Amino acid sequence: MSGAVMTPRQALTRVDHLLISDMVRPGSRVLDVGCGDGDLLELLRELRGVDGRGVEISRDRVNACVARGLSVIQGDADRDLAAYPDAAFDYAILSLTIQATRQPRIVLENLLRIGRHAIVSFPNFGHWRVRGQLMFHGRMPRTDHLPEAWYDSPDGHLCTIKDFAELCEQLNARVESKVAFNASGQKLGTWLPLTAHNLLGEKAVFQLTKR
Amino acid sequence: MTANDPTVKPSDQPSGQERALHTREATNPSSQIVRFPEGAPLTLSSGRTFGPFDVAYQTYGALNAAKSNAILLCHALTGDQYAAGDNPVTKKPGWWTTLVGPGKSIDTDKYFVICTNTLGGCLGSSGPASINPSTGKAYGLDFPVITIADMVAAQARLIEHLGIEQLFSVVGGSMGGMQVLEWAARFGDRVFSAIPIATAPRHSAQNIAFHEVGRQAVMADPEWRAGRYLEEGAFPKNGLAVARMAAHITYLSEEALQIKFGRNLQARTQKTFSFDADFQIESYLRHQGSTFVDRFDANSYLYITRATDYFDMEAEFGGKLANAFQGTKTRFCVVSFTSDWLYPTRESRDIVRALNAVAANVSFVEIDSDKGHDAFLLEEKVLFRTVEGFLSAAAEARGLTVGGRS
Repeated sequence: MSGAVMTPRQALTRVDHLLISDMVRPGSRVLDVGCGDGDLLELLRELRGVDGRGVEISRDRVNACVARGLSVIQGDADRDLAAYPDAAFDYAILSLTIQATRQPRIVLENLLRIGRHAIVSFPNFGHWRVRGQLMFHGRMPRTDHLPEAWYDSPDGHLCTIKDFAELCEQLNARVESKVAFNASGQKLGTWLPLTAHNLLGEKAVFQLTKR
Repeated sequence: MTANDPTVKPSDQPSGQERALHTREATNPSSQIVRFPEGAPLTLSSGRTFGPFDVAYQTYGALNAAKSNAILLCHALTGDQYAAGDNPVTKKPGWWTTLVGPGKSIDTDKYFVICTNTLGGCLGSSGPASINPSTGKAYGLDFPVITIADMVAAQARLIEHLGIEQLFSVVGGSMGGMQVLEWAARFGDRVFSAIPIATAPRHSAQNIAFHEVGRQAVMADPEWRAGRYLEEGAFPKNGLAVARMAAHITYLSEEALQIKFGRNLQARTQKTFSFDADFQIESYLRHQGSTFVDRFDANSYLYITRATDYFDMEAEFGGKLANAFQGTKTRFCVVSFTSDWLYPTRESRDIVRALNAVAANVSFVEIDSDKGHDAFLLEEKVLFRTVEGFLSAAAEARGLTVGGRS
């Protein structure tokens, strides 16, 4: 995205949000699990005209979302997804949230069940910067995307792109598309092998569906 | 009886001046009233038919030409139709002036707000203090036992009478929240959005227990006269006051009581070694009890507490709460308060789960408050912002223009 002229809206928007927005069909029904302040839902409503819902664990953030007119419930990805019926949404989205869940596997299973498509973005623990810090300093990595010390971090289940792809295999989920991008938000060429994505991608977005 | 009366004494005289005014309001209210004739009775949950019946109501703001900006407010257990503006009986501001009025979260410059006195109430809608047309005397215990669904059915008749096909929103707290749920379940296509606040899909054993204490207090008062006190010029004010005192405790959090009163003594420096109201909390509760009996009918209290005890949407809809909302198009905003132990957050969460199970459009906000159940009536800014934001988004979805002129 560097070099391209960005609208003010895009300049303030998280790159992974824009990538997710690209994957979502206009007018579809979307559940954003771990929706934070509702920025992605707002973006999807503006750019894609979706019928969006959110789940967020932080009470203050939920209040902020509802006050700005978004349909968001206070809830927990680990506990509250079971109540949703099968295929209730076109897309169930987990944006930079899976690593903070207690049981990522069960959360992902629910996501695949609730949404006809699941879209998951996550920080890649296989990125060279992360590997380098572990390799050369022997310390838990701290980067712009993993800013907290290990004892403060909510991210109990970090994984690499390869790890995630393997979990998708195990869950019998078909990867419909995947995008990795680097620190400056540039997408990596889809022609690159998985190993290269795993080394160079700082974050990744996967679109999945149940096989 | 003043706040400092040492005991709750048996009443020597019949009604006080305020209660006389109140009794008049039961049969001849200051608000608007619609009488539904005998030929169009309500079929009650009990199977009985009931009619003719009256629905007393207040409105605020103006109904737009499309009749699409109407909001129905549902009051709590001992509330009334005077949600905004001044209450002619108590001379105090209406019970939801914090939330409802010009420029407020429920903006009467934008929306046409309707609030009814609930069926079974005592400010003009048919209740046990109303005159039974077949005897010319107050119904007393001849009034049929009613449910939340019956209250809603009566409201629905009024909304039809006003020619409103779909309410833009139904909003209520506590028992009012139960009515909101019942509206959404029974008349989903007539409810565009719904805001059930500090409520539950069923009355718990604990809820029933507190109500039973209150009813027993009323019925144990000799002035209750087996329910015929109005005919006999009596009033069970002591029993009703005790009922209110017990109930009032459930509306507050332990923390709020501790902060507000602690163990502080009431206008004295020493304990009196008597049964005077030594503690501020005692004096406060006595005051709550004594002012309540001037504005509420004892039999109404029995009937309305009974209606909430019978409330169980799960049982009503085949043992599964989600059934109540199957296929709903209504947009919901469920609100609970952290320190509400009467209708705790987990019960709101049950509602939210049921709504999720049918993929309904639902928001759920738990508001951090130390004020207990009563928080929904108080100055809670997060509640105001939530209601305002939710209604604005719903208004946009409904195509209501600002000013409610569409």
